[in-house]
Amino acid sequence: MSRDDRIGLRHGAGGPAMRELVQSVFARGAGEARGDSVGLAQLDDGAALRVGDRWLVYTTDAHVVKPIFFPGGDIGRLAVSGTVNDLAMMGATEPLGLACAIVLEEGFERASLLRIQDSMERACAEAGTAIHTGDTKVMGRGEIDAVVITTTGVGFAERLVRDDGLRPGDEILVSGTIGDHGLAVLAERHALELRGALRSDTAPLNGLVAAALDAGGEAVAAMKDPTRGGVASALCEMAGKSGVGILLDESSLPVRPAVRAASELLGVDVLHVANEGKVVLGVRPEEAKRVLEALRAHPLGRDACRIGRCVGDSPGRVVLDTGFGRRLVAESDGELLPRIC
Amino acid sequence: MAESASIPSAASASPGSRSPLEFRDPARGRALIEAIARWTEDRQDDPVSIMHVCGSHEQAIARFGLRSVLPKGLRVITGPGCPVCVTDAPEVDEAVALAASGVRVLTYGDMLRVPGSDGSLDDARAEGARVEVVYSVAKAVEAAAARPGEEVVFFATGFETTAVATAAVLLRELPPNFSVLSAHKYIPPVMEIVAEMPGTRVEGFLAAGHAASITGWGVFEPFVARHEVPVAIGGFEPLDLLAGLAKLTERIRRGEPAVDNCFPRMVTREGNRRAQEQLWAVFEPAGGVWRGIARVPNGNLRLRERFAGRDARRRFAAEIAGARVPSGASREADACRCGDIMAGIATPPDCRLYGRPCTPATPIGACMVSAEGTCRIWSEYGETPLVEAAR
Repeated sequence: MSRDDRIGLRHGAGGPAMRELVQSVFARGAGEARGDSVGLAQLDDGAALRVGDRWLVYTTDAHVVKPIFFPGGDIGRLAVSGTVNDLAMMGATEPLGLACAIVLEEGFERASLLRIQDSMERACAEAGTAIHTGDTKVMGRGEIDAVVITTTGVGFAERLVRDDGLRPGDEILVSGTIGDHGLAVLAERHALELRGALRSDTAPLNGLVAAALDAGGEAVAAMKDPTRGGVASALCEMAGKSGVGILLDESSLPVRPAVRAASELLGVDVLHVANEGKVVLGVRPEEAKRVLEALRAHPLGRDACRIGRCVGDSPGRVVLDTGFGRRLVAESDGELLPRIC
Repeated sequence: MAESASIPSAASASPGSRSPLEFRDPARGRALIEAIARWTEDRQDDPVSIMHVCGSHEQAIARFGLRSVLPKGLRVITGPGCPVCVTDAPEVDEAVALAASGVRVLTYGDMLRVPGSDGSLDDARAEGARVEVVYSVAKAVEAAAARPGEEVVFFATGFETTAVATAAVLLRELPPNFSVLSAHKYIPPVMEIVAEMPGTRVEGFLAAGHAASITGWGVFEPFVARHEVPVAIGGFEPLDLLAGLAKLTERIRRGEPAVDNCFPRMVTREGNRRAQEQLWAVFEPAGGVWRGIARVPNGNLRLRERFAGRDARRRFAAEIAGARVPSGASREADACRCGDIMAGIATPPDCRLYGRPCTPATPIGACMVSAEGTCRIWSEYGETPLVEAAR
């Protein structure tokens, strides 16, 4: 049996291996989505069905994280934020409601479960939504690792925002500092000395995204939340699907000093590190300033900035200008940062 | 040796804590690149060939896109600087055999997917063996202490820098269930081998700053005298690296080989005495095969007799003897040119496996597995002319 015959951690890392798995197993024979709807074959953040003159957007996300409590969040906050954000990335910024399935390991502490539930309720309140239905299962000790939470969300979008709408000249914006979540979890998991200074950014972004869409309207050409695989994967996917190149300016990437220190120490490229409370946007140049101002006016977007622009050359590629020279930004296979979310 | 003032240096020699940003100033970088261009201006058609022997150097070159701006008269080639890549298949086989026998094997993340004769530790893990990634040898000891009823082996790889950490731990009091499978390697002897390889024409060596901080730069003086090629000790920030390359091109142009310490904020002539004492108290040099390179006399570090009880090779001799017999590597692996790439004879695109089918997601050779491997670095940072097109 070769390594390709078994599922490896890389197949869940959000990079090329995972896309290959989804395409060759789940999307196989899925065919074209009905009409102009968005389905599995498009590999976007969620699916969308046209209903009248609006879009019904829906998405689901299974959440595993180790440890389940980490600085700046926990698996409950992550589960609500992840799904709310996937809806928001497609333009559905007012989630109608969530469903939540939770699988617990025998022996899981009730107090921890209450803590997770409180956290989910708080995150729902921040996002202006609620969990309307759910399911609970318990598996034997050792049959599952502590807890797995799957959340599903639905919402309407007046205008569908896809991840393939970039054109040469568009500006690339990010809503704040990058790398915070992945390094906070990694440091906590391995009890690294520097963990005190790191904090996950896990947060529901629908309010922030609504502000950006209000300010930019149609000029917001593409959005993605740079979760697993980080900003690198998000941008590579957007560049690939849109058929443009993206030129990033390294000196303008917003990175907290503690995150930079941790990434250098661990030999991790901060562009590959997961974020759970950030959005990258491609915006038509004439509206970029307005959108940036709108992001900065929101509490979750204070550190928003422009990090690059789209170019006609090198379609599908992301190029980083380091100040010394230029290099390609590749997607991470992500295997050494498993199960960040 | 002297720190010549004829070229701009990365920074003054005074030690002290500095922000790495000080060594990432593009303006000073351009000045160093101009200096390199001056020293190599007569070599446009026959580029000066400088070898580094450290994966971290390749990483910095790729990470900062330096190859796209280096003058045409200079070719920086990669040497056997990736400890994971030079770990020989039989060494991986030993670790796989231990894991398969039920011993818990802990190792650095990069080692997981390095192919042995028949599978990697990752394959063993997928089949149910207890294999775990740790970030330091100290974490491995903690893991052993937490599982008193279980045998825990740390599969130790790395050059002298990492070997010192292993040595320091072995000199402490340890849980009885902890032992070490050493695949540690020592860099200075392999430089001798590479300098004498017929296919390699290295005119100067950029030595790794962190290793030299242990050994001291003095260790390279006999090498320079024997081979009459200059050695510069280089750090890992872009300005450190460029300062080392500038110094080497100057030495080559002038025909004055010597050792230059271009990383004075970390490296002294004597090195770290205490670390050296610990290293040689625990390890002794032994000949061994470096994957793809050659048998390197004194190139391996094995545990001294005094530490026999902590030596997994002796403690689990029976289990290791059961290591799978090489089943004959696949035809694909036969075409792998990792050895030539690590010896500086070939670059990744010279290998017909590079990029397809050998990729970071589906590595065939060790150079594509390790974060320090040249093929992996070239894949991840796209050190290709395509980058120029995106202006």
